[in-house]
Amino acid sequence: MTVFESELKNGRFVCSECVKCNKLVWPPSDFCNNCFSEVRWRQVSTTAVLVEFSKKDDTVFCIAEFEGIIRVMGSLEADTKELIIGKELQLAKCDYDGTERFIFQLK
Amino acid sequence: MRRVALVGTGLTKFTKDDVSIESLMLLSIKSLFENTKNLTQKDVNVVLTSTGDNSKYLSSIISELTGLSPKISHSVESLCNSGANSAVSAFAYIASGLADVALVAGAERFDSPGRILEWDKSRGQYKHPIYWSSMFTKAHMRKHGTTKEDLAIVSAKNHKNATANPYAYFEKEYSIDEIMQSKNLTEDIRLLDCSLPCCGSAAILLTSEEIAKKFTDCPVWITGIGQKTISAGFTKNTDLTTMKSTIDAAMDAYKMSNTQPSDIDVAEIHDAFTICEIIELEDLGFAKKGKGSSYARNCYETQDRKINPRGGLIGAGHPLGATGIAQIVEIVQQLQEKAEKRQVKGAKIGLVQNMSAAATSSTVLILQS
Repeated sequence: MTVFESELKNGRFVCSECVKCNKLVWPPSDFCNNCFSEVRWRQVSTTAVLVEFSKKDDTVFCIAEFEGIIRVMGSLEADTKELIIGKELQLAKCDYDGTERFIFQLK
Repeated sequence: MRRVALVGTGLTKFTKDDVSIESLMLLSIKSLFENTKNLTQKDVNVVLTSTGDNSKYLSSIISELTGLSPKISHSVESLCNSGANSAVSAFAYIASGLADVALVAGAERFDSPGRILEWDKSRGQYKHPIYWSSMFTKAHMRKHGTTKEDLAIVSAKNHKNATANPYAYFEKEYSIDEIMQSKNLTEDIRLLDCSLPCCGSAAILLTSEEIAKKFTDCPVWITGIGQKTISAGFTKNTDLTTMKSTIDAAMDAYKMSNTQPSDIDVAEIHDAFTICEIIELEDLGFAKKGKGSSYARNCYETQDRKINPRGGLIGAGHPLGATGIAQIVEIVQQLQEKAEKRQVKGAKIGLVQNMSAAATSSTVLILQS
C-alpha cells in the first residue's frame, strides 16, 4: 500500500507536495511534476467546493475541489435540491479498501 | 515529409461473441487482404496492433499468424484512442521514409480491461465512464440548457445510421421515446445514451505516394493530424462543457491540412456517450458553443448522414482498440464513394475524431480523396 492509500485508510486525505517549489502534485506521485524534486506528504484541507454533481439511485456523487486545485470525485450526503455549484463542502470521511472513497457533507 | 495514402481496409462484424483478440485481428486483416488488389505479405514492412487488452507481443504474434515479417512491429495502447494513435504512428513511419507499407489492426473484446482506468485516483470510487459522462452532461445542461431529449436525438440518429452499416452491433432503430424510457443509469444518462463495449476488429493499410496506385485506383490522403494530451486524470478537465484536448487537436489538424470546419463533408466523431457528440460538434467547429444539440437535431430531422454515418460508437458498438481504425475505415469508404447506403453524396474531405478517458487526450485526422 502506498503512503497515500494507507493514510486514506486511516481517515487522512494527504497529497504529495514539492519540497522545493511547494506545488501540490495531484494525483499523488513520487516526484514534483513541475521541478522533479522530492515530495512530502501533507494533509489536504477538509473543506472543499462543489464543482458538479449527479445522482445514481439514491446516492449523490460529485466533483469537489480542495484548495483551488485538487479535484476529487466522491459521494455527497445531501438532497440535490439543496445543492448549488460553488457551495462549501466538508470531507466527512475518507477510506481506502482497494478503491479510494471520499464522502462529503454540506458545510 | 512524404505524402501518405490509405489504400486498403478490413472490418469484422461487431458482436458479443466470445472470440480472442488474435482471432478478431486475423479476420479484419484477412478481409483487408481480400479487398486490396496486388497486396502480398512481402509488401508489408510495418505491423502495428491497437488494443486495450493486456496482450503481450501482439504485433509479432499477428505478424506470424498472417505470414508477415515486418521491419517494424509493435503495439500501440492509448485506451479508446489507441486506433487513431496507431494510424498516426504508421503515418510517421511512412512520411519519414522509414517504411513504405504499414498494416494497422485494432481489436477488442467486450470484457476488455481497457474500459476502466484504475490509476485515476481523482475519480475515487466513481471510476466507471458513466460517472464522468454524467458530470459532462449535467454541466452542459446547466450552462447551455441541453435537454434529455437533445441527448436522445443523438442516440436515435446514430442508431438509425447504424441500420445501414452491416458491421454494426445494433441492427434496429430506436425511437426518441424508447431512448427516453431506457433504463436510467444515473440522474443524467440512460442506457441508450451510452456506447456498448463489444468485440470487433478493423484494419487499414497505409502506403507512400510512390506505391499507392499499386493497391488502389482511389487512394485517400491523410492531410491533417492533430493530437493532444492534457492529462490522464479526469478531474483535470477544468471546464466540463468542453473537451480541451479535442479543440487543440482539431486546430492542429485543420492547420496542417489547410482546411476549416466548413470544408468537412463527412465526419466520424467519438460519441462514447450522447453528450460527447454534442460537445464535439461544438469543439470541432461544426456548431457554435451551446448549439451542438441543434446541429445534431437538424441532422436527424433532415436525415443528413454527415456526422457518424456508420452509426458512431453508439450505433456501431465500441470495441476500444478497433474504434479509431473503424472510424478511419468509414471515412475512407465515404471518400472513395464506396459507402453504399451510407454514402454522403460527393464527399471529398472527411474528419475523424477519436478520444480517450473523458477527453483527457484526443486525435483528429483530416482525410481527403
